[in-house]
Amino acid sequence: MDRDRDVNLILENGYEFKGFSFGAEHSVSGEIVFSTGMVGYPESLTDPSYKGQILVLTYPLIGNYGVPGKDIENNLLRNFESDKIQVQALVISDYSFEYSHWNAKKSLAEWLKEENIPAIYGIDTRKLTKLLREKGAMLGKIVFDEDIGFYDPNIVDVVKEVTIKEPIIYNENDGNKKIVVVDCGIKNNIIRNLIKRNLTVIRVPYDYDFLRQFFDGLIISNGPGDPKMCKETIHNIGRAMKHNIPTFGICLGNQLMALAADGDTYKLKYGHRSQNQPCILNGTKRCFITTQNHGFAVDMKSLSDEWQEFFVNANDGTNEGIRHKTKPFFSIQFHAESTPGPYDTEFLFDEFVKMLK
Amino acid sequence: MQKPKKVLVLGSGSLKIGEAGEFDYSGSQCLKALREEGIETILVNPNIATIQTSEGMADKIYFLPVTPYFVEKVIEKEKPDGIMLSFGGQTALNCGVALADSGVFDKHNVKVLGTQIDAIKNTEDRELFVKKLTEINLKVPESEAVNSVEQAAEAARKLKYPVMLRVAYALGGQGSGVALNEEELINKAKRAFAYSSQVLVEKYLGGWKEVEYEVVRDAYDNCITVCNMENFDPMGIHTGESIVVAPSQTLTNNEYHKLREISIKVIRHLGIVGECNIQFALDPNSEDYRIIEVNARLSRSSALASKATGYPLAFVAAKLALGYSLIELENMITKVTKSCFEPALDYIVVKIPRWDLQKFKYVSFEIGSEMKSVGEVMAIGRKFEEAIQKAIRMLGINLHGLVGNNLKFEDVERELSKPTDKRILAIAEAIKNDISIDSIHELTKIDRWFLYKIKNVVETEKELLKFDINNIPRELIKLAKQQGFSDFQIAKLLFKGSNSSMEDKLIQVRNLRKQHKILPVVKQIDTLAAEYPAKTNYLYLTYNGEEDDIEASNQNSIIVLGSGAYRIGSSVEFDWCCVNAVFALKKLGYSATMINCNPETVSTDYDVCDKLYFEELSFERVLDIYEKEKPLGIIVSMGGQIPNNLAMRLYRQDVKILGTNPLSIDSAENRHKFSAKLDSLNIDQPEWIEAKSIEEAHKFAENVEYPVLIRPSYVLSGAAMGIASDKKELEQYLQKASDVSKEHPVVVSKFITDAKEIEIDAVAQNGNVVIYAISEHIENAGVHSGDATMVLPPQYTYLETVRKIKETTKQIAKSLKISGPFNIQYIAKDNQIKVIECNLRASRSFPFVSKVTKYNFIDMATKAMLGIDIKGKYNTLDLDYVGVKAPQFSFSRLHGADPVLSVEMASTGEVACLGNDLNEAFLKSLLSVGFIMPNSNVLLSTGPVKSKAYLLESIRKLAEMGFKLYATEGTAKFLEQSEIKTTILHWPLGKKEPNALTYLQERKIDLVINIPKSLEEEELTNDYLIRRRAVDFNIPLLTNAQITKLFIESIYKKKIEELEVKSWGEY
Repeated sequence: MDRDRDVNLILENGYEFKGFSFGAEHSVSGEIVFSTGMVGYPESLTDPSYKGQILVLTYPLIGNYGVPGKDIENNLLRNFESDKIQVQALVISDYSFEYSHWNAKKSLAEWLKEENIPAIYGIDTRKLTKLLREKGAMLGKIVFDEDIGFYDPNIVDVVKEVTIKEPIIYNENDGNKKIVVVDCGIKNNIIRNLIKRNLTVIRVPYDYDFLRQFFDGLIISNGPGDPKMCKETIHNIGRAMKHNIPTFGICLGNQLMALAADGDTYKLKYGHRSQNQPCILNGTKRCFITTQNHGFAVDMKSLSDEWQEFFVNANDGTNEGIRHKTKPFFSIQFHAESTPGPYDTEFLFDEFVKMLK
Repeated sequence: MQKPKKVLVLGSGSLKIGEAGEFDYSGSQCLKALREEGIETILVNPNIATIQTSEGMADKIYFLPVTPYFVEKVIEKEKPDGIMLSFGGQTALNCGVALADSGVFDKHNVKVLGTQIDAIKNTEDRELFVKKLTEINLKVPESEAVNSVEQAAEAARKLKYPVMLRVAYALGGQGSGVALNEEELINKAKRAFAYSSQVLVEKYLGGWKEVEYEVVRDAYDNCITVCNMENFDPMGIHTGESIVVAPSQTLTNNEYHKLREISIKVIRHLGIVGECNIQFALDPNSEDYRIIEVNARLSRSSALASKATGYPLAFVAAKLALGYSLIELENMITKVTKSCFEPALDYIVVKIPRWDLQKFKYVSFEIGSEMKSVGEVMAIGRKFEEAIQKAIRMLGINLHGLVGNNLKFEDVERELSKPTDKRILAIAEAIKNDISIDSIHELTKIDRWFLYKIKNVVETEKELLKFDINNIPRELIKLAKQQGFSDFQIAKLLFKGSNSSMEDKLIQVRNLRKQHKILPVVKQIDTLAAEYPAKTNYLYLTYNGEEDDIEASNQNSIIVLGSGAYRIGSSVEFDWCCVNAVFALKKLGYSATMINCNPETVSTDYDVCDKLYFEELSFERVLDIYEKEKPLGIIVSMGGQIPNNLAMRLYRQDVKILGTNPLSIDSAENRHKFSAKLDSLNIDQPEWIEAKSIEEAHKFAENVEYPVLIRPSYVLSGAAMGIASDKKELEQYLQKASDVSKEHPVVVSKFITDAKEIEIDAVAQNGNVVIYAISEHIENAGVHSGDATMVLPPQYTYLETVRKIKETTKQIAKSLKISGPFNIQYIAKDNQIKVIECNLRASRSFPFVSKVTKYNFIDMATKAMLGIDIKGKYNTLDLDYVGVKAPQFSFSRLHGADPVLSVEMASTGEVACLGNDLNEAFLKSLLSVGFIMPNSNVLLSTGPVKSKAYLLESIRKLAEMGFKLYATEGTAKFLEQSEIKTTILHWPLGKKEPNALTYLQERKIDLVINIPKSLEEEELTNDYLIRRRAVDFNIPLLTNAQITKLFIESIYKKKIEELEVKSWGEY
């Protein structure tokens, strides 16, 4: 029997899971998180919000449809959410060595190896997930030849690692409204959604002083880690608010807006990472199915009366978005841009466009 | 939100191909949801074997046909203020649309709850459907709705062949088909117009992926897709005929969510409130798609989706129909989250249909756009290989998985391109024969991903063949188990051809893997992939995991083995028995654990038992669960023949079997032992021998005089049974019987003609009969008991015969020390009785006798098994009303099958109705199985002289009632002698006009009475052609002399308007 190399996943509490390697073979460490989405591994793996994390997919059969090619559209990779795989490592139950899809160019294993990302299959991912659910998020490492220490992405400025270094402009056209997008680890589909709505996108680094230029609206992107690490960004958002610039925050952007409004955030026990989170539009019976990927949340009580809760999680009651009562600011904890996940809340981009004067 | 006070729920009637047990599940959940709200419920459903028609499910139950006429009567009587149409399949939906159109709902102020009639019409009427979806720029296949054969041909020319024909308002693709050219089109169109006045000619999308979504919408416009499913078999094969996986496996995020978004657009645009199913065709080479169909009701797919995800779709749909929003309903599984979410699965589900085509003469085994399957199984695993191998075993057709079966394909490639019910196995065979995955894909259009997975199993088989039990590496056993190999499969490969019994070998494998600590683990289905803690006890076993999700053992638990896939001979009636056993156990304070693998059942519903293992009913798996659960015992007598067959094997492994001792079960099942027992008790039985050779059988037959009955032991529903009237037939049947059951002998017995058949269903405790019910068959012996029309209490049986049956039954119960349910079949002639069969388990008729006599036999049997005293006086003979159980056939779906009754069971379902007398109950049950009352023209060919004479007076009555009679030559001549005038129609093979076939085809005949004659070949063909044409053109057909006589007598005495509309409780 041909066998793949044995490799172990070791948790900070000493638990060990035995599996087989199907990616790059070097030791790696990070925060272990699980996602319950059933489709979209190319999108998830390239989501910068996973920076510093070892991703566990609870859906057991992975790799089925391979990995698409690197087509470019509007200066962005069409089939991925950023330019590279962002996770530290991937952990799954059953890997499909043979893939099948018209759009595939290579296998998941080939891609992981190409991008030097370790991956394990043969893990009881349900057992691992239950452990994370019960004990809370944990650090972990995958050890090949050389043992390494545990790396915690929540105590360092991970956003710095995923943000761009210099501003980039997309869809430049004189007639368009101009949107500054603060890249804290942005997913490409946010930019695609803005381009689709005939907006010019000025993508800037997370610590960039964007107020020095003229623009119509502001987007604060998603991103990894503890929001409180993004001090410069919070400061800049606070300044923009004083100018009443229409602002739309997504995911980390939600937390950063809350912090800029003098609110507070806290770490969830094990976060929300899935494509099936129900969010209620506050005060209505309307509920939307959303994609989520976050470990921190906004403490609604910490915000002033000027802010109201926009969305709330139907399952656990956590905050899913905030809205200023009088000014053109709102933000959401979930991913209106989806990819992966349902398109149900894409209309929020239209809401944002409506706020632009 | 203003809730209705009294709601009428329509059931789906008898089980038939395309409409089966899934509607018992959805109707039951609907009733539960309504009752929880304190709403009074009225149910119309003649399917007496269902759980929904049990005491306590609805406030009032009407065992009446689900037809506009009777439903209107019930509405007039009950005055409900709301009605539910989407829980009883196509039957209820069509009935509802008809009632709405005729203004009945308006007239009686009945509000349609949930999806409104307009929305239903927009999904059912193909032309409206296409128009509606085109309005919002969604893509449907190019098509044209036509109203005549000529128009169909023209449309096909425009669209270019191949084209697909679809029938509006039809069920399970009935009447549909692919036409490759004009000749095929004309033939198919003619048949299609027999079912509907509207037919859709559509561009054929063969080979595209077929994907389904189950979509839910509330009145506040919240929409979710609960599940998506991908067909293993691409477009061209009906989804009911396809292997289906959930969730989809070969779709990318874009494809999955694009189709999801379209689903939501569709449900919104159509204005559906509740649940609907959407079927897509997806181009395998791009993201292009077409919307094929929308079902604005609960469906087979929604039942599957419900079981696949743990999301109680029907229950939620009922609540939404009352006006709740999705966020007001809690997630019934986690109890901490809400119903407004989309389940995340962390396993894969595989559904495989179960066919029973070998039971029919002349039927085609090819599968396609029309449904022929009679049931299905669902397997859960954490690898596709694991799930599919489990599913194949679950079918209960002696298959062990993808490999390790004794199957040979003469032409594997043909098998791939012209799919039959065995295609999945042909794929494995093709891979073994080194046919490339690409070639297999070309021939089947099945996505390569599935084929690669099958290849993995074939590779492991090769690997296993290299070893024996002494040198097999642990890792290989583990891999094999993770890929779903059973101990039996592994044993077969390790021991190669050695001769000792397989049972010993598989136990050796079992022991070896236990030594290696290779054991399955228990996982929960929790709807959220472990994200939230779940209180669910919905479980499966897998080798792809390290730990059990739950603490398995429970001191107070009892396991009930379910009935597996619905099939001819074993369907919802056994689920009723299982569910009632579970209810009895719960009432007695036991923890009831169910093992079953059929997604159409109520026994696998989330809140029926304390613990549900959605698992194989195999020796290996039951033992696995037994060892984990350590229950007080197992009940094997409720789920029909599958669990019954496990009794001895489990007993040998020291498993505690509750009720009658398995040794007694064996001595009733083994004909040799049973016969010896009867001899020792001095109980009469037809002469018989155990045939070891054809000569021996023939000698015996000559001795006792043909005809003789051939039957193998240990089979249900008369598989491979037959009556042989000469040596040639004897040889044919013996050949067939030896294929079915090798380990058990074939029995040949004297067949007694013109005898009555009588059944007794009973419960005994410690060998004493406590309660019994005697039912007689209308048809003479020779018609399988499952196809017979049963009457309770008996109307034609002599008291003397009844007394003898009682006495003999008591003797047998005592001798076999029966504790629990049992059933004995007798034949009676001239007050002499003979035992023909004895089953020490619940029988198909237990729900019927329980509901007619109003004593729950299963409740009593369960108590009997647990040693609770059930002695008492129970009156089951002297009733003021009559119950008649009638079979439902699905011949119209089985192309070519001869629609005639025999010892081999052919019906797919049944109904039973109550009446003040036999005629009334009989007519109601006949109407309940879809019989259309004739208005004027009757075609007669009344068989051999004996039956001609037998029916003479009846036919005189027909003439007297003003029917215009047509007859074939012999019958016409015979009737003329008795001064009954008929018009002669020539035999089909006579090719002369006026010909019977022409008249049938032109639908000039309302009723065909065709009593099979001799078995001479040409006449058989003539008769067959008439019967078959009648079925194909949806013309009522009677083929049994006793039934014909009772039918004519009944319509002579009773008009439809005289049939009383009385609920069960009123009898």
